[in-house]
Amino acid sequence: MSSYTKQIHRCFRCGYCKFPSDYAEYNCPSFSRFRFETYSTGGRLWLLWAWVKKEVEWSENLAKIMFSCVTCKNCVEHCPMKFKDDIVDWIVSARKDIIEKGAVLSSVRDFLNNIHKYGNPWGEARGKRAVWAEDVKRYKPGDEFLFYVGCVGSYDERGQRMARSFAELLEKADVSYGILGSEEECDGNEVYVLGEMGLFQELARKNTGKFKELNVKKVVTLSPHAYNVMKNKYPRYGTFEVFHYTEVLLKIIQEAKLKLSELNVEVTYHDPCFLGRYNNIYEVPRKILKNIPGIKLVEMDRNRENSFCCGGGSGNFVMDLLGGSEESPSRIRVKEAYETGAEILAVACPSCLTMFEDAVKNEGLEKELFVKDISELLKEVSK
Amino acid sequence: MYRKLVLTLSDFKLKFDQKLCETCPTYDCLVRCQYMNLDKEVAKIEMQKMVRGENSFVLYRCVTCYACEEYCKRGNHPFYLISDLQEKNSILPMPKPLITQWINTGIPTKKDIREFWGAVEPVISLCLFPEYINSIEGKLFEGFSIVVGRYFFCQLAYLHFGRPSIIRERLSSIIENIANHGFQEIVFFHDECYSTFTSYTQAYGIQVPFRSVHLFEYLYGRLRELEDEISPLNVKVAYQRPCSSRLAPEKEHFVDDIFNLIGVERVEREYDRENSLCCGGIIRGQQRYDLFVDVQRRNVVDMVNAEAEYCVFNCPMCFASLSEAVVKRDIKPIMMHELCRLALGEVIKS
Amino acid sequence: MDRVCERLARIVGENYVSNMKEELYIYSQDPGMMEPREPDYVVMPKTTVEVQKIVKLANEEKIPVIPVGGSLSLSGLVIPHKGGIVLDLKRMDKIIEVNERCRYVVIEAGVTTGRLKAYLEKHYPRLRFSIPDAPPSATVVGNIVIHGQGHLSQQYGFNSDMVTGLEVVLPTGEICKIGSCSVSPYWFSLAPLPDIAGLFLGWFGTTGIITKLGLRLYPRKKLRDIEVFIVEDPHLVPDVVYRVTHTEMAEDIFVNAQPYPPIFKDIIMMGICITGDSEEELEFKRRMIWNVLRTYIDSKEGGFMMTTPDVKRALLEMPITGTTRFADVMKGGGFEYCGPIIPVEKYPEAYKKLLELSSEYGVTYGNTCRVIGRGHCMMFAFGYPFNRADPDNMERTKKALHESNVASLDIGGVPWKPEVPAQKMIMARMDKNTLELMKRIKRFLDPNGIMNPGNWEG
Repeated sequence: MSSYTKQIHRCFRCGYCKFPSDYAEYNCPSFSRFRFETYSTGGRLWLLWAWVKKEVEWSENLAKIMFSCVTCKNCVEHCPMKFKDDIVDWIVSARKDIIEKGAVLSSVRDFLNNIHKYGNPWGEARGKRAVWAEDVKRYKPGDEFLFYVGCVGSYDERGQRMARSFAELLEKADVSYGILGSEEECDGNEVYVLGEMGLFQELARKNTGKFKELNVKKVVTLSPHAYNVMKNKYPRYGTFEVFHYTEVLLKIIQEAKLKLSELNVEVTYHDPCFLGRYNNIYEVPRKILKNIPGIKLVEMDRNRENSFCCGGGSGNFVMDLLGGSEESPSRIRVKEAYETGAEILAVACPSCLTMFEDAVKNEGLEKELFVKDISELLKEVSK
Repeated sequence: MYRKLVLTLSDFKLKFDQKLCETCPTYDCLVRCQYMNLDKEVAKIEMQKMVRGENSFVLYRCVTCYACEEYCKRGNHPFYLISDLQEKNSILPMPKPLITQWINTGIPTKKDIREFWGAVEPVISLCLFPEYINSIEGKLFEGFSIVVGRYFFCQLAYLHFGRPSIIRERLSSIIENIANHGFQEIVFFHDECYSTFTSYTQAYGIQVPFRSVHLFEYLYGRLRELEDEISPLNVKVAYQRPCSSRLAPEKEHFVDDIFNLIGVERVEREYDRENSLCCGGIIRGQQRYDLFVDVQRRNVVDMVNAEAEYCVFNCPMCFASLSEAVVKRDIKPIMMHELCRLALGEVIKS
Repeated sequence: MDRVCERLARIVGENYVSNMKEELYIYSQDPGMMEPREPDYVVMPKTTVEVQKIVKLANEEKIPVIPVGGSLSLSGLVIPHKGGIVLDLKRMDKIIEVNERCRYVVIEAGVTTGRLKAYLEKHYPRLRFSIPDAPPSATVVGNIVIHGQGHLSQQYGFNSDMVTGLEVVLPTGEICKIGSCSVSPYWFSLAPLPDIAGLFLGWFGTTGIITKLGLRLYPRKKLRDIEVFIVEDPHLVPDVVYRVTHTEMAEDIFVNAQPYPPIFKDIIMMGICITGDSEEELEFKRRMIWNVLRTYIDSKEGGFMMTTPDVKRALLEMPITGTTRFADVMKGGGFEYCGPIIPVEKYPEAYKKLLELSSEYGVTYGNTCRVIGRGHCMMFAFGYPFNRADPDNMERTKKALHESNVASLDIGGVPWKPEVPAQKMIMARMDKNTLELMKRIKRFLDPNGIMNPGNWEG
């Protein structure tokens, strides 16, 4: 057992973890979805401790409770206790123990097995990874950026459009870059937070090995998940800097490499957890939006560190343990976006993009609220 | 390991030259006091009483702003004398529970905090202000180890509480603690610490086995090294001078030196330099509410009239007691090291 | 799924009922020290009608029903001592109406204190309610049912004194309105009707389930500040409270004592909150309070603490997170307190007893008191943090809590939101006719004895 077993009893189950700063709504995705105390962070930690003490046995329901945490870090942000920074690590460590015992949900097992065998969570063929990008340049030593596309950008139709938009903007701004194509491996962020450490290390080793082999100095990622794991979890074989694609786009705008036309529209922006709460990047995407003439940025009540997760973290953009209900986080969130009066819900994460696309359809809002990623918006207005 | 100092209370003997005082042509120590309106004759009578170890109304009315230490240009120590006499005569500058509270607050810990084991030079001591740990970063403090807490607390604050014997009881262990870390040189974030290990120990004839560096002296030197990276701030600032700087007036020029280097204008105002006013914190602690309100009001109005945009603080305690009042008048409070970091283009976390 | 579970699922939908081990485990306990006991079912209704149906079902099946809000009493008041159906009311979370001019709000039973606070701040910034120091996940109704106190209790009494109306599902399933709302569309007050709200306040859900609540709101001033008066001698506390309450200038008044960190050792802090719509108003109130305590300042026996903006912020927080952080003092995830309501004049005696018990049982303590009314009484917390992972520490803390309950009664106080054993201690000392009246009321309202059984049983 990992060291969390010595600390986990410190949770008082006070419930601050369920809220944003102003306590207006429940802000824990799984608690909002299921509403039993078991699905709050406190309930989860108490159950884990009960499991450690052998007061509860392993069960399918317990597994569902443990893996429905999307590791969005709302709890870390709002827990008043000194141990707050450790909460997600405790859950990840517990999942590691669960996986080592082989007691895991079938959807989680499939997710991990697919990544292990095929390099992506859907079990799609490796060869299909770069089908979307036949006309996109492959990275060669000397290019400024390696564009790391990631699984959603490579395989999901909506993610592919996002990846293509970003690639086109790089072209337009005359930035030298390239992708790895079918040699790209899954970044491993979800594998890490799901607790499969062996697989994670293998993925990290392969990706960093490839970066080293190609003498990559700068990596730009489409997904905040990839950005997070490469920045904070990859062992440093060689040195490379990691950027989120919005950081690169903002620099391009600031250097006036793109000429932007006017777009008179109200936009609201959703902060992805792995960009915001995990890496404190809140203003970069907003600055891009504010640079587009005509755009009026309206905020949802829950923004920045209080952002309400789309429900897709921890592999749930595939497994969707929180789906299937009006109270699914992505559906709650698109209703919140719609209530701002904005026509566009802007995102900066391919997982959020796919989650919200589905949610907008489920809510019947597809003619009133359009989900776009920031590079798509920028592409529309760049000449 | 540094050997134990084994100082006793009798080792602390104030170097106060009676003759110097008796022959003083000005008695500026009391005449210039901003909280007692005394003419030279009264000042002389009261000072001579105190030199003889007798009681004086000064001991009751003193706000413990330390300014008389600076006003005495003859190198005597009128404030240390006042403080010693307050204790001798059991005069409490503050209510008993506040004194109890502060005595408890500064009890030196027997062991250093584990995180600081292995701290190496360059090192900065944050006194009792752990809330500033995250601000000690960026180019100004590259490579610095930080130490903080009661293991290093200089104890000089007890001058405000009429309990200098506490300083004497505890100071030797603090000096040992610092020396036992192997530090030859230490930068003090709080100039009260700096003054303890320079002015106060010298006044009482205590040897200190390490070199104390005033934060502003360090900041100025480091800014000189980074001069090419400085973007002048072009703002008007008022400087809130703390009581402890009265014990180290020779370091005051660094305030202007730094301001010049980072391109800020120190506004001309009445309550600056030797004429600066107390932040009010201790006066409030003395429960002199009307005086506290008056002092803060005069000070802040003076800043407003001089069109200051920032109020720059040296001391975290001054910041704590005066920042609310300056904010209410739309002046931004900021610590000096944070102002310097702004000039280097760094972002200060709130 | 068993038969009862299926019937419950038909009422609330199958997503909102569980008899799985994990839910039963979590709802078997609260964060305090009472022994856990698992329910048979956990169910989350959305409407009063669903609650009614569940209660009728429970009567048919003779199964206990335990209404649950935030589960934060710490004294095990919603532990299902005899199993049954835990009714988690948090899905009933509508804020139904705010009458701004009459200054009241009508809410459903599951509205949290955090949500109501945020709602009023956003939509009615000139109104507020009496926010307790419980975490924001506590429900407003839960707090009312236990006679909770909040930041306005010094001015307006117990939070339960602020009730203007109730909707209750009786133990036999009837839906009943109480107060002006029973004859009018308005929920402005309980008076001038016969007061039957008391049948449901302080009864811990043993006489029915409150599904809607009318609650008084009060003016919210633009500014709020605090002065902290400190003394070393506990005997000074009653007079300081008397003097400050006499000014009628204070909002909240609390009294704190704790041994750690050193700045709080050996002193007693009295936090005196003031509010105003202008700096002038604040300053006037502040000076009135300083003036009335001048005697103690001049004698050097007391004084106003030097507070930094950070300390002020922490003390002015609503709810105050410091209270919750007390649970991590031992790095053990728990605290519980015996919080009797006592006459303010008994503060020194209670304080002395707290120090004795802390020393006797080798447990550290935190003492938080809130003045209720203009010094009419105070809640005195014998608070002890404990370590869930240390059985010996848990045992000593339990003993200290027990002794605290005994001491509370001995000095003339009454334990607030008492655990079942403390309820029995209270009832043992209660006037016999009063006790009999309580029993008759209980039998009359709940003939099958299904409502939160174990509580208030003589």
